[in-house]
Amino acid sequence: MSAFVIRRLLQAFLVMALMSVIVFFGVNVIGDPVYMLVSPDADQAELEAAIARLGLDRPIWEQYLLFLQGALRGDLGNSFIFGEPALKLIFHHMPATLELAFSALFLSVVIGIPLGLYAGLYPDNPISKGIMAGSILGFSLPTFWVGLMLIMVFAVELGWLPSTGRGDTATFLGIESSLFTADGLSHLFLPALNLALLKISLAVRLTRAGVREAMGQDYVKFARAKGLSTRRIIFVHVLKNIMIPVVTVMGLEFGSLIGFSVVTETIFAWPGMGKLLIDAILQLDRPVVVAYLMIIVLFFVIINLIVDILYSILDPRVRLQDQGA
Amino acid sequence: MTDISADTATVDETAKVETPFQRFRSEFFESWIATGALFLLGLIIILALLAPYITPQNPYDLGQVDVLDGRLPPGSEAFTGYTMWLGSDGSGRDLYSAILYGLRISLAVGVASGMIALVVGMAVGLVAAYAGGRVENVIMRLVDLQLSFPASLVALMLVAILGKGIENIILALVVAQWAYYARTVRGTALVERRKEYVEAAQCLGLSRTRVVFRHILPNCLAPLIVVGTVQTAHAISLEATLSFLGVGLPQTEPSLGVLIANGFEYMLSGRYWISVFPGIALLLTVVSINLVGDHLRDVLNPRLKK
Repeated sequence: MSAFVIRRLLQAFLVMALMSVIVFFGVNVIGDPVYMLVSPDADQAELEAAIARLGLDRPIWEQYLLFLQGALRGDLGNSFIFGEPALKLIFHHMPATLELAFSALFLSVVIGIPLGLYAGLYPDNPISKGIMAGSILGFSLPTFWVGLMLIMVFAVELGWLPSTGRGDTATFLGIESSLFTADGLSHLFLPALNLALLKISLAVRLTRAGVREAMGQDYVKFARAKGLSTRRIIFVHVLKNIMIPVVTVMGLEFGSLIGFSVVTETIFAWPGMGKLLIDAILQLDRPVVVAYLMIIVLFFVIINLIVDILYSILDPRVRLQDQGA
Repeated sequence: MTDISADTATVDETAKVETPFQRFRSEFFESWIATGALFLLGLIIILALLAPYITPQNPYDLGQVDVLDGRLPPGSEAFTGYTMWLGSDGSGRDLYSAILYGLRISLAVGVASGMIALVVGMAVGLVAAYAGGRVENVIMRLVDLQLSFPASLVALMLVAILGKGIENIILALVVAQWAYYARTVRGTALVERRKEYVEAAQCLGLSRTRVVFRHILPNCLAPLIVVGTVQTAHAISLEATLSFLGVGLPQTEPSLGVLIANGFEYMLSGRYWISVFPGIALLLTVVSINLVGDHLRDVLNPRLKK
């Protein structure tokens, strides 16, 4: 077991090291940020001063070593635009993204599971067919397009909800979030729904498949034979058994919610990490791009590591197979 | 006794008249949704191919575009006389023409990246399946590693690194997608490799490349076609997303995503058509490809047959 964990940890470090090389050298090949930052009428001396200040005059491998040294100390360089440490900027924008991702996860569970349950219990009902058709649409519609439609219908035409921004935030139990104010919630709803759409479809399909499988199992027949009410069978016996895989998969999807939030945040002008990334790419703010990519890779590596370890605890075949290979 | 022989006779007869392709065709057209989707997809492709001949203007020829025609609602008459059934965009381009030209770019990028990713993934997957051992181990670790990140995030990261431009987008989409093909091909090839016909081919002394490409590969094609259709739809939608975010194709290569992004600023002032019509074109394309792919999966997968 511990050999398995150590092996996986080493792999995770290897991935991070590999990504740091790819990301750093890749990003440094994009255009020349000096011309973005120094005013066009600057003379040669001013230009050279700026290059020296940003460390752009050194050979690229030396820049990489400096970057690596800094990264190990938690310092990924200063943003060219804001002049602040890139990591600080990202952590500053992270709560908004996490808030959005958690709300989307909540919505997908609260909407997706009941719909999937209904579709699984009455598979031939026209409403169920409608739900399944909707879930196919949820998979194939591009997120950004749905976001645009939500803005158009609910913000522009009906004027029910605000279209952009995060709204008021309030502090509760030491956490500052827009979940605690009415204004914040009204700003949060559309982006969270937009982000949740794909996961709602996923939850519907998983729950439906689980329910359909469970309904034919012996324990359900036995519960029926015992004379339990249908309601009790469904909500206590069936739901309990199908919730484990559904919740596991939904938890795993959390990482991809953070990744997808780039699109939603840009459409709804939500001040999170994703919008920060897009702005940084457009302004050639290399340290912020590098820092974002490193953080997101770290995020995924950690999630995958936890999943691998959890699976190996739950299912010993996984780690035995790994040793055999 | 006579009954049975009569039965086999009829079975033989039907087997003779129906080639595998005919059977596939009749099964595919059983579903009216898939048939409709295929028809729609064909129509979209024809419209895109014929764009220069069936549009009233070339939206990127500055001599044919008049800024005075800008932001006209659907159905208004342009300065030069023709009717703009879908309205016009901010710089006075007829949206119907712009959408057909945009479709060409979107389809080209999606199909090109899908094809290249298919070839790369197929080669890598075949090598992994046939070589086995350490080579297979390294390749499949790489595939697993990449598949642990969502494809959209991989593409976004690459675009962040590579920058804008049509070649960069295609490269990013290829890198984001090859692993899906590699995994599919390797999985099927591993199964096919153990079958008797491969053994027979090897016993005949055929060369390795001949066995792999003439015997194993054709039998892996069915799942590849399914993955290829679905991934192409995914590539088109991903390209549109990146272009919408402003990190995809530049304004000089106006795909549907770029058109939608251009219309976004007008949406809040109620000029919905500039974004909505290109969006509907994108949607119809992606959904019709997905429906066709979904049904292909049902028809081509022998395990799902009744």
